[in-house]
Amino acid sequence: MKPPLFDYVRAETVDEAVAARAAHEYSAVLAGGQSLLPTLNFRLARPDALIDIGRIKALQGTAIDGDEIVIRAMARQREVEYDEAIFAANPLIRETLGNVAHAVIRNRGTVVGSIAHADASAELPALLLATGGAVIARGPKGERRIEANAFFKFHMTTSLAADEIAVAVCIPRLPPGTGYAFLEFARRHGDYALAGVCALLTMGAGGRVASARLAACGIGSRAVRLVAAEAALNGQKPDAASFAAAAKAARDAVTASDDRQASIAFRKHLLEHIVGRALGMAHGRAGKPFAS
Amino acid sequence: MSRRIAPVLAERSDDPRRAINLTVNGEAVTRDVSTRLLLSDFLRHDLRLTGTHVGCEHGVCGCCTVLIDGHSARSCLTLAVQADGSAIRTIESVAADDGTLHPVQRAFKECHALQCGFCTPGFVMSIVSHFEEAGTLDLSEDGVREMLSGNLCRCTGYQNIVAAVRRAAELMGRGGKG
Amino acid sequence: MATRGFGAPVQRTNDSRLLTGGGHYVDDIPLAGALHVAFVRSPFARARIKRIDVSAARAHSGVAAVYTADDLGALDVEMPLLIPHPCLIGPRTQRPLARGDVHHVGQTVAMVVAVDRYVAEDAARLIEVDYEPLPVELDLEKAIKSDAPLVHGDVKNNIAAHFVQTSGDPDGAFARATHFTKIRVRVERSTAAPMECRAVAARYDTVSGELTVWDGTQAPISVRGGLASLFGLDEDKVRVIAPDVGGGFGQKVLLFYPDEILVPFAAMRLGRPVKFIEDRSENFIGSTQERTQIHEIELAATKDGDVLALRDSFLHDTGAYIPYGIAIAQVASTSIAGPYRVPNIWVEFKAVYTPTVPVTPYRGCGRPHACFAIERAMDQLADELGLDRFEVRRRNLIAPAQFPYTRQGLLFADGLAVTYDSGEYAKALELIAKEIDVAAFRQEQATALKAGRYLGLGLAFYVEGTGLGPYEGGHVKVHPITGKVYVNTGLSGQGQGHETVFAQIVADQLGVDPNDVIVVEGDTGVFDWGVATFASRAAVVSGNAIHKAALKARAIVLEAASNMLEAAIDDLELVDGKVRVKGTDRGATLAEVATATNPLRYAFNKAAQSATQFAPAARHDGPQLGEGRAPGIEATDYYAPPHATWAYGVHAAIVEVDPGLCSIKFHRYLCVHDCGNMINPAIVEGQVMGGVAQGVGGAFYERVEYDVDGNPRNANFMDFLVPYATEVPRVEMHHMETPSPLNPLGVKGVGEAGCIAVGQVLASALDDALKPFGVAPFREVPLSPNAIFEAIEAAKGRRP
Repeated sequence: MKPPLFDYVRAETVDEAVAARAAHEYSAVLAGGQSLLPTLNFRLARPDALIDIGRIKALQGTAIDGDEIVIRAMARQREVEYDEAIFAANPLIRETLGNVAHAVIRNRGTVVGSIAHADASAELPALLLATGGAVIARGPKGERRIEANAFFKFHMTTSLAADEIAVAVCIPRLPPGTGYAFLEFARRHGDYALAGVCALLTMGAGGRVASARLAACGIGSRAVRLVAAEAALNGQKPDAASFAAAAKAARDAVTASDDRQASIAFRKHLLEHIVGRALGMAHGRAGKPFAS
Repeated sequence: MSRRIAPVLAERSDDPRRAINLTVNGEAVTRDVSTRLLLSDFLRHDLRLTGTHVGCEHGVCGCCTVLIDGHSARSCLTLAVQADGSAIRTIESVAADDGTLHPVQRAFKECHALQCGFCTPGFVMSIVSHFEEAGTLDLSEDGVREMLSGNLCRCTGYQNIVAAVRRAAELMGRGGKG
Repeated sequence: MATRGFGAPVQRTNDSRLLTGGGHYVDDIPLAGALHVAFVRSPFARARIKRIDVSAARAHSGVAAVYTADDLGALDVEMPLLIPHPCLIGPRTQRPLARGDVHHVGQTVAMVVAVDRYVAEDAARLIEVDYEPLPVELDLEKAIKSDAPLVHGDVKNNIAAHFVQTSGDPDGAFARATHFTKIRVRVERSTAAPMECRAVAARYDTVSGELTVWDGTQAPISVRGGLASLFGLDEDKVRVIAPDVGGGFGQKVLLFYPDEILVPFAAMRLGRPVKFIEDRSENFIGSTQERTQIHEIELAATKDGDVLALRDSFLHDTGAYIPYGIAIAQVASTSIAGPYRVPNIWVEFKAVYTPTVPVTPYRGCGRPHACFAIERAMDQLADELGLDRFEVRRRNLIAPAQFPYTRQGLLFADGLAVTYDSGEYAKALELIAKEIDVAAFRQEQATALKAGRYLGLGLAFYVEGTGLGPYEGGHVKVHPITGKVYVNTGLSGQGQGHETVFAQIVADQLGVDPNDVIVVEGDTGVFDWGVATFASRAAVVSGNAIHKAALKARAIVLEAASNMLEAAIDDLELVDGKVRVKGTDRGATLAEVATATNPLRYAFNKAAQSATQFAPAARHDGPQLGEGRAPGIEATDYYAPPHATWAYGVHAAIVEVDPGLCSIKFHRYLCVHDCGNMINPAIVEGQVMGGVAQGVGGAFYERVEYDVDGNPRNANFMDFLVPYATEVPRVEMHHMETPSPLNPLGVKGVGEAGCIAVGQVLASALDDALKPFGVAPFREVPLSPNAIFEAIEAAKGRRP
């Protein structure tokens, strides 16, 4: 289990990285490496070049830019997880990150890297979808913004072009009082989820749900918005009945086939169950200040 | 076996290489390495720091855990070239120069928290990193188990490792909740 | 000496080294200029090799050699059948490299030796192999049908062995019985997954003619003998060292793995040290596995729940080969009646070839299967008769007065009739019932249920035949310069703590601190009589051998000291590293005695100088070393057990099931166990807790999966779920110590104990917790959230 041969390019600037990407047919971008290195060690991936963006100054760190949190490509997951300003702006980010693998992986792994890797069971794509974030891509033709709902195509496949690099993701600030929750079920602590869900509840006039946003991972070929469940909630009273109806509506979002750990029926059951619980949690937090 | 003419054997491959400079256990190190060399293999074979063990090479078992710039990391999921310019700490640096065990190591010994010892350096490095980083330690049963959850052990059943974490906290005067 | 070593929770003597990165596992042995090995392995479960082209690999930069079966000469043979048995039908074993056919995914087809493992892997990918895939049947029950594709063309119905044993008069008892309980249970394929994968390194010294092999094996002496035989070398020119080994659990007791032959072969051919360090994905396809059995067990009882007889018929999956003979199936079949009297037994098994990784013993070795079968059946009997699960067991346990309890006709793995030597079974059951407080739990369970929470109580009783022969040896020597005590035995450790418990045994006899006893094992250059580490036997067999050697050494010390101090032997005591005249401060250090017993010419140190103040150590005229006497304090002895000694235990757990997530949470896990006298309770607990964790893996997480074509589907640690600390319960441990009457130390083995009962504990806990749903009993392990979901759904479906 040793990596195959590849050209190693250490980019000092984003332009260098983009140029290197253009110069190689099957390059891979090396950021934290926590998803890429296992595939290299198993020789499942055989890129002709690794473009190491770890030293690019412009890709370090995070910023809060008005209503958006900007997480640059080299911001490690733990750095984002423990950032108090980010927590204050959107506490769902910390809650979701806490479920991503183990602390030691989050020490090296990047938020952008996990999103660009786009594993169908990974938590962060669901976060990006639920929050309505976007990916900032840089290519030979410059920079473009890809909205979350247009980014994830399939398991480990995104709308990022082969000559582009994801340089940042943007996640909106949550309006104060938004109810939020991330819940997942994994076989072992830290494993990818058999089913996971991000839930956001904004309450409106008359104590009714003004807006519900739900996204799930682990249930199909990519992270998905649970639109039927959202529709079942919008304008409803946030009670056991509406939550149960929404949870039931979520079941049809499961498209994964039977696998080693879960039959389709079990995944539907699980998703229904955790959507129900996540809605309860989110509702419990709605209207309150964000607190850990 | 009959004596044969000695074969001509290659001494090295023609892998592309690159020079790296880093600090390992406080010592400056400059080496020329294959660009695909894993940090775990660099430490073990190039530097002969064999206390860092390799258990799975896909980031699950934690045997290869070292500290990179103060944070725990899987050395099997890091290329040696990525560590260029970093400060690495391995298990060999944890005890004092005179051999006095670090409180975490001492606690492991007192609590019988190791058997075959193969996973042990990874656990010790993870715990040391956690102790150094965390403000308040969560020493509840669940809290300690979560702290340990990135490392696999096949011998101990973890119970004595949990006890060792608490004992280490006691030795270091690190109270915590739980 | 203030405290006895034996029985005390002495801290391990080797831990500081292991804790500071000072361990020496095979890959840590510095071998300058070593070459590294990678294998080409079969991607097919069954196929015929049409052609192998190694030319590109041989030409690749950095490659030293590439070998196929054609290059191996006399080594191109099937490896030995380790334990022959008359019931084996056409036993087949593994070859170093495939010739003609391949029989499982992962079988070694070609070997590359290169400057490093990276290049070796590159070159392995350049080797072209043309395979003609052949049909396979993975299902055990279909594999024995006459139309099933064969794993080995000459073994009909894939049946590798068929064996029936009978004890008492089962037919007569079945005719008398008034109640019958019959169930079918299944245990799935698993693997040991030691944290260190297997590893072999070899160096051949052309000057001395010595071949040195570092092998992460549980059986260095046997590997040495086999290598000497295969290579035609004198045994004393082959030294096999098992250095620090990162866990074994049975997987490292098989010989020979292909690499164990081929690494020394390449080292001799190439004149350079060679290393093979197995990686994790290879460990899943190249190192042996265990567990799949399907049992149909039937109890014949009275209406009072007295079990008069049992019949058990099972299929045992032996994978592609059967190098270990029927060991696992034999242990399962002879452990099948557990701690119960059951005076009449009929047991039958068929060992079945499947085109999968070969099967050899993994911690438990048939015992978890037997425990699962009998204990599930006992629960079923209790349910059918309306008896409490504790009560049905209570009525059938062997009573203390009935020991030794022999099951004539059932031959255990040592070839001798099963004879339980001692035990306090009822006491153990009462102890766990008291600790768990069953009545209080039932109330808690009812209260929880009202709140929509599902709690269940799981219970399992197991027995474990341990400490199998044939024998081991012990060697004890007091060094005259340092006064330290050196101890050797032939078997090897994989982390159990041998060095500490053996030191404790010797420390007591010689009156020294265990830290001054240096144990070296697993090195044929140091001690080369003995067998291996398996079957929970090290403490029993090597422990008693070392004890006997220590008694001899003690006698030498006492005789010498008696002369030196001019005191009667009965007036002497060995304490604090000294021999002292009781009640006085007159004495000699062990180093002084060792020096005095060894007529030295030179006085190297203080002990040697001070030894001169005493009277001579030997009372005789003539030369300084008397005729027939050996210098120094040194003794060797051996221990051969009369038969296995039977440990046992009871486990119980309180488990909460969340029917939403279909997840489980252990609220309590209790263990009462009895392995006779404990040499070191801390180490015993460590063994049991580690076994429970492995058992939890086998009960709920770990399953090696193959698809219908025989491809492994989860050959990595992402998908083969070894539990982390977050998945393993805290174990509440209760010790009982019923000495074994069979050996001087009164000890029984403990290595495998912890893992045996866990599958049954969890299955019975889930039955109990999910009773309100009306679920059918769980009869397969590992269980899973999916299995819980399906059980609940099936129960709902059955409801009107």
